[in-house]
Amino acid sequence: MNVFDIIGPVMIGPSSSHTAGAARIGKTAALLLGAPVAKADILFHGSFAKTYKGHGTDKAIVGGILKLDPWDPGIRTSLETAKEQGISVTIRTGTIENAHPNTALVTLTSDQGSTISVQGASVGGGNIVINKVNDMEVYFTGQNTTLIVMHQDIPGIIAHVTNLVAVGNANICNFRLNRQEKRGLAIMTIEMDSDFDQSLVSQIQTIPHVYNTILLKL
Amino acid sequence: MQLKYNSVEELVAAASSSNKKISEIVLEQQAEDMETSKETVYSTMENSFEVMRQSVLNGMDETLRSSSGLSGGAAAKLKKAVDEGKNHYGHLLGNAISMALAVTEYNSCMGQIVAAPTAGSCGVIPSALISVLEEFDLPKHDIIMSLFTASAIGMVIAKCASIAGAEGGCQAEVGSASAMAAAALTEIFGGTPQMVSDSCAIALKNTMGLVCDPVAGLVEVPCIKRNAMGVANAFTASELACAGITSAIPADEVILAMKQVGDLMSTALKETSEGGLAATPTGCRLRKQIFGTDSASS
Repeated sequence: MNVFDIIGPVMIGPSSSHTAGAARIGKTAALLLGAPVAKADILFHGSFAKTYKGHGTDKAIVGGILKLDPWDPGIRTSLETAKEQGISVTIRTGTIENAHPNTALVTLTSDQGSTISVQGASVGGGNIVINKVNDMEVYFTGQNTTLIVMHQDIPGIIAHVTNLVAVGNANICNFRLNRQEKRGLAIMTIEMDSDFDQSLVSQIQTIPHVYNTILLKL
Repeated sequence: MQLKYNSVEELVAAASSSNKKISEIVLEQQAEDMETSKETVYSTMENSFEVMRQSVLNGMDETLRSSSGLSGGAAAKLKKAVDEGKNHYGHLLGNAISMALAVTEYNSCMGQIVAAPTAGSCGVIPSALISVLEEFDLPKHDIIMSLFTASAIGMVIAKCASIAGAEGGCQAEVGSASAMAAAALTEIFGGTPQMVSDSCAIALKNTMGLVCDPVAGLVEVPCIKRNAMGVANAFTASELACAGITSAIPADEVILAMKQVGDLMSTALKETSEGGLAATPTGCRLRKQIFGTDSASS
């Protein structure tokens, strides 16, 4: 925690959990998709489902999907912007089992037809936890600089990636690996104490069997 | 001395022993922690302050209305009375209260604000600082620096208790914001670190037990007017402390008491809209009018 967690964030109101947090969940999903969004399906659960209109949660999450930050006034008109860009947006409400009261499940389809589903919870003060990616249990908050590497589960990839983290002189404070099945899709989340060089992210992206690499700073 | 933000006493001791203001040691330590320069940290805070100033201006628009229809236009009404000299409790207080309304109304209308410490309590600190800046023509530097003192108090409260209405009720949001604002004001007006601590304690004591009961689960009723109360509370606490009036209960014990009260508080009174004003006949009617449902929001 630092002073800007207390005096901050700069955000579009009215609610850090229902507006700022929602924008961050949307943005994380768009970054994980890693391609222009053609279609967005959003499922709101709990308090999100019941009060999203009064809090502008729909505008915030779509703003996030347009890669707007929680402080961007463009959030107010995000639904119109998405329409102009030809992005089809569906907003639904329902129940997600065992989920935090402020949870959204965002399913995005790219213009190339690839899809990703991201389930995130807004846990207060604009902070979020991403719990699931493509139905796979994950856990990251984006509070630290976080490197997320989606790759095929085969030997040597972790060593290859962490070697490049060492080259960047970044100290790892948390490391987690989740996988769908042996040899299937795996997601590495590496949280670091300091910033990380974008050129190294590009290098990681060139490692064989790495599908997508993103550097998350929320 | 490495600050851990585990107590207000620690901040007072660190500042007193080095003969510095709390804000100065906090700025130095934050720069170290973030592995960046003091200038960078200061200018980031300055940017936040400018967003606060803009939110005061934008919130004074008399045509502002939230999408629920519950709020908007109150700040402009009070400002008009203040500008015409028709308010009753002096220019500074009237101006400060109207600014608190402005920022929180702008927030409810999806305006850009600084959470301080939360969006629901975003009006207290800007209104306290900007109103005195204008009233006394103070150096902007002092105001920006005082935000580091306010943040340090906020960090201690967040660590030892809570700044979330869902965990601690409104005492944790508007209460914390007014304690932070009181601390900032006390430092601005030359109070000692101990006086800063006393003003924080007094402000928190005054809001002890305040529940979070938002109508329809929205950050509007009663949040907007509670922010106006928050700045008046900050003025009261700082005025007392600067006159050398101490708090019988030390700040750290007040913070822990606030946590205990929050823990004892029914969840119906912690941002669930199941109790308090949200559960009044009018509160329920407004919920139905806005969302077409009788059930609680979370």
